[in-house]
Amino acid sequence: MKISYYPGCTLKTKAKNLEDSALASLAALGIEVEELERWNCCGAVFSLADDDLIHQVAPVRDLIRARDAGADKLVTLCSQCYNVLARANKLMREEEEKRETINLFMDEEVDYHGEVQVVHFLDLLRETIGWDALREQVKVPLEGLKVAPFYGCTLLRPAEVAVGGGDRGAPHVLQDFLSALGATPVRFSAAEECCGAYEVLINPVEGMRRAGSVLAAAGESHADAIVLSCPLCEYNLGRKQGDIRAQVSGIPDIPVFYFTQLLAIALGLDASAGRFELNMASARKLLQDKKFVEAPATQV
Amino acid sequence: MPNVQKETEADLIPIFIMGKRYLVPESLTIMKAIEYAGYQFIRGCGCRGGICGACSTVYRKAGDYKIYSGLACQTVVEPNMYLTQIPFFPALRREYDYETMEPVAESIYQLYPELFRCVACNACTKICPMDVQVLDYISALKRGDLEAATRISFDCIQCGLCASRCMGELPQYHIAQLARRLHGGKLAPRAEHLRQVVESIAAGKFADVMEELKALPVDELRKLYTERELEPAMSDEQWRPSNNAGL
Repeated sequence: MKISYYPGCTLKTKAKNLEDSALASLAALGIEVEELERWNCCGAVFSLADDDLIHQVAPVRDLIRARDAGADKLVTLCSQCYNVLARANKLMREEEEKRETINLFMDEEVDYHGEVQVVHFLDLLRETIGWDALREQVKVPLEGLKVAPFYGCTLLRPAEVAVGGGDRGAPHVLQDFLSALGATPVRFSAAEECCGAYEVLINPVEGMRRAGSVLAAAGESHADAIVLSCPLCEYNLGRKQGDIRAQVSGIPDIPVFYFTQLLAIALGLDASAGRFELNMASARKLLQDKKFVEAPATQV
Repeated sequence: MPNVQKETEADLIPIFIMGKRYLVPESLTIMKAIEYAGYQFIRGCGCRGGICGACSTVYRKAGDYKIYSGLACQTVVEPNMYLTQIPFFPALRREYDYETMEPVAESIYQLYPELFRCVACNACTKICPMDVQVLDYISALKRGDLEAATRISFDCIQCGLCASRCMGELPQYHIAQLARRLHGGKLAPRAEHLRQVVESIAAGKFADVMEELKALPVDELRKLYTERELEPAMSDEQWRPSNNAGL
């Protein structure tokens, strides 16, 4: 079985810490993936207009590239990319008329019918390794680390593409993942809420209010940190956290990690694999305080 | 119009230039066929060697919905081609201060935010007469990869056909040129051997040879030039001139 890897634009720039920690972890786990040789931006947001098929062309083109590369699965890390690719794939599998229109428009490619399976990295771990086997691979159990699992919108909605293998109850993939690493997932009332998304551009005040309420809920859960899989959520909850705290009262100082960064540390990889310099400063400090990683050698 | 149509009918084929039918010799390039038909180029024609990008042509074939493109100086006519020259296509080229510009993708995003209007339809790549993977370099820039954009767009001859087809209204070729300038001038490693040669020249390596040449009478100078030793067409990389003076 061949697994292609779709990084997405942000993982090559602002979210290198998501990509690098994930790829290092996969290598340590012995799972082979191959980045698509050619890929384009997926579009970042799935177009909901029923007759707007042109915005399906970008993700479908990536799916075709994966199919043509001989892949059975296309794995992604960014929640937004996952959502767009998975929904476009679903459209190509299930909506015959739209599929035909798109295939006719893309007349230089072999017709696509949804042959590739789009999987999120969390589901790849769950399906390919499984939580028990992952637990056995953990070299640095994250004992005593209380983590708020943040799903946000696009890992769970709509239900047809939700991560976790299709069970319809409360989501627990991130909790299962965290438990396998030896960490303690906490009950977190805002786990499935919106981080504010692109409001940060259009209506920053409302965006901050939204992100602030997520951060406040994480504080109330007494978590040491938040984990997530989305660069946009990380931006709103992590990078902008200082700005939010300056304007909204009751916002905790809480590190935000990509789930793959905790994976890399738990697997015993060198701290450099986590690229923590790209997180807010409190992130690495927390891992050092908990003795999961060593402090970097002081520069002379 | 030259009066040759009667003598070799079999070698003449019909083409349609801006909708009007002409019979032209089948072996001509589009450019020569247009001239054969009586047109004189004042735009839409440049080097005639497939490099300068001035003579982009779009054409269709009878009964075929596809749009084809080519450089008029390089593409041989086919029967029932419907064609025209696109000597210019308007595309916004931003002004910038190269010296103060950071060689990062954000510099490009600021000047050309329309980059993100790309929907990956691939019309740019399909129309490119140089077979540049235009969509791929636009995609590379979206993920901040100036090196890849430079490499992928390297064969671009700035003809502008990509911009003519873009539903996102991007000026792709201007964007790529900026990427190449930023990468080539500010990111790519300097060529060490070039620096050494320039230094040696500045230090007077060719000063004596130049003085000798400048002292020669014009006739002798002309003789030296016309009788200079040329590299044979089929020589390999080991070829060296027999007289190395001045090199």
